[in-house]
Amino acid sequence: MNKDDIKLSASSVNLWFGNKQVLKNINVSFPKNQITALIGPSGCGKSTLLRCFNRMHDLSPDARIEGKFLLEQQDLYENDLSVTQVRSRIGMVFQKANPFPKSIYENINYGLKINDVPKEKRQSIIENALKESYIWEEVKDEMQKPATRLSGGQQQRLCIARAVSLRPEVILMDEPCSALDPLSTLKIEELIVKLKKDYTIIIVTHNMQQAQRVADKTVFMYLGEIIEEGDTKTLFSDPKNDLTANYVKGHFG
Amino acid sequence: MQLRARERIDHSVKLLVKTTGFLVIAILGGIFFMLLWNTAAFFLKIKPMDFITGTQWNPSGNPATYGILPLLVSTCLVTLGAMVIAIPLGIGTASFLSEYAGKRLKNILKPIIEMLAAVPSVAIGFLGIVILGPGIAQLTGQPNGLNALNGAILLAVMALPTIITVAEDALHGVPHMYKEASYAVGASKWKTLIYVTIPAAAPGILAAVMLGVGRAIGETMTVLMATGNASAFPKGFFNSVRTITATIAIEMGEVPYQTTHYYSLFAIAAVLFLITLAVNLLGEHYVNKFRKYHSA
Repeated sequence: MNKDDIKLSASSVNLWFGNKQVLKNINVSFPKNQITALIGPSGCGKSTLLRCFNRMHDLSPDARIEGKFLLEQQDLYENDLSVTQVRSRIGMVFQKANPFPKSIYENINYGLKINDVPKEKRQSIIENALKESYIWEEVKDEMQKPATRLSGGQQQRLCIARAVSLRPEVILMDEPCSALDPLSTLKIEELIVKLKKDYTIIIVTHNMQQAQRVADKTVFMYLGEIIEEGDTKTLFSDPKNDLTANYVKGHFG
Repeated sequence: MQLRARERIDHSVKLLVKTTGFLVIAILGGIFFMLLWNTAAFFLKIKPMDFITGTQWNPSGNPATYGILPLLVSTCLVTLGAMVIAIPLGIGTASFLSEYAGKRLKNILKPIIEMLAAVPSVAIGFLGIVILGPGIAQLTGQPNGLNALNGAILLAVMALPTIITVAEDALHGVPHMYKEASYAVGASKWKTLIYVTIPAAAPGILAAVMLGVGRAIGETMTVLMATGNASAFPKGFFNSVRTITATIAIEMGEVPYQTTHYYSLFAIAAVLFLITLAVNLLGEHYVNKFRKYHSA
């Protein structure tokens, strides 16, 4: 892979929660404008790794991180870099749709307000973000409705719109479809694929079909280590490692 | 045989708890009826307009006057003052405990704050007379410090444990995913607290405030001791005031049975009852209004 094509990378990463080591010597890179899937059984550390990139572990006092995280040339854990800057460049979508208990409008407006986007620009940004996330047609007439009244799939698309509205470079998705029905899942997957032309996307998923449907690259993790990574098609059809082979064939996990 | 014995026990237990349940309702109804009955007796003798708009409370004067306004204003003044002090302090402390304090500090602080609620109100009133009163007198150059401000501060202290405990529970109960969502768009801890956590906990915080108001309005002994009990119309926080509760407590023991004066105390008690009822209904209304954002 050409060095210029790498958007995000982690090298020699170790992470502990208290005394328990959760990530072991992780070296991985994520290509620009592509979708990378992180797969592996529960507890293998894929969500933990994902959350390192937007520094969500800053909030857990017992987490200890070693290693280097780069967004292009920017060290994400540099001392004088504020976590706010990191998070405005790296957005996140969570496992369970988590719109704020506020109106649909306010859900997107909040992030803009926090990041000091001038008021007069917000309306068009909000509209665009909702259009980009294919939820505009469904909510345009009821922007003041509580977001919690939307269906699960709509809520998740709203959360994607919230992330997209800040024009991040990378979007991290932590099992975004695990709580959704197949139809809503399909819609979100279509959306994810469409978003790839503007964003670099990393998606954690338990669903191997989903990884194959959306991801260009797939990384397989097991017990805190990266076992194998590569082009999605190759990894699924011709895994080099026995563990990978057993996992992708559904023998365990 | 065994089965029948079991059924009999089951049945009698059911009857027992049913009785206790109805007993509570009966007691409440009884109190309400007693207030209403005696209030009606009062209004047979005194015109309601004189009661509501009268600016003097002097039942032993000649002629006797039964204007509730000075008492009502006193109660509102003291309660308002208490809330102005207790609400920001309470929410601030609750936020600190819930969001900033470490586990160990929280485990030390919470029981101490709850212990504050266990201090008898008469002891707090004592504090008002001995420490706060002279202090206020000295600071403001008044002859004595037994006034509305003194009562307000003491009531704030008394309402704080309730407000802090309930508000902290509410803040703590805000799902972690809301906070994460806020952090993920780049919000700081402080902004998350102000814009996400506190609004999401609003029903609980409102309930906390309402409980605090209820505590402050109904409190008798502390205000009786600390506010001076002058029945003149209060002009401000540095005036001596006499609340509805204190008036009832002071006068009930001395009033001749079934006189107009006697009935008048029931009338002001009924007003107090209506106020607390209104506070509770208002609180309930807001709780429901905020709740609609939470129901999925």
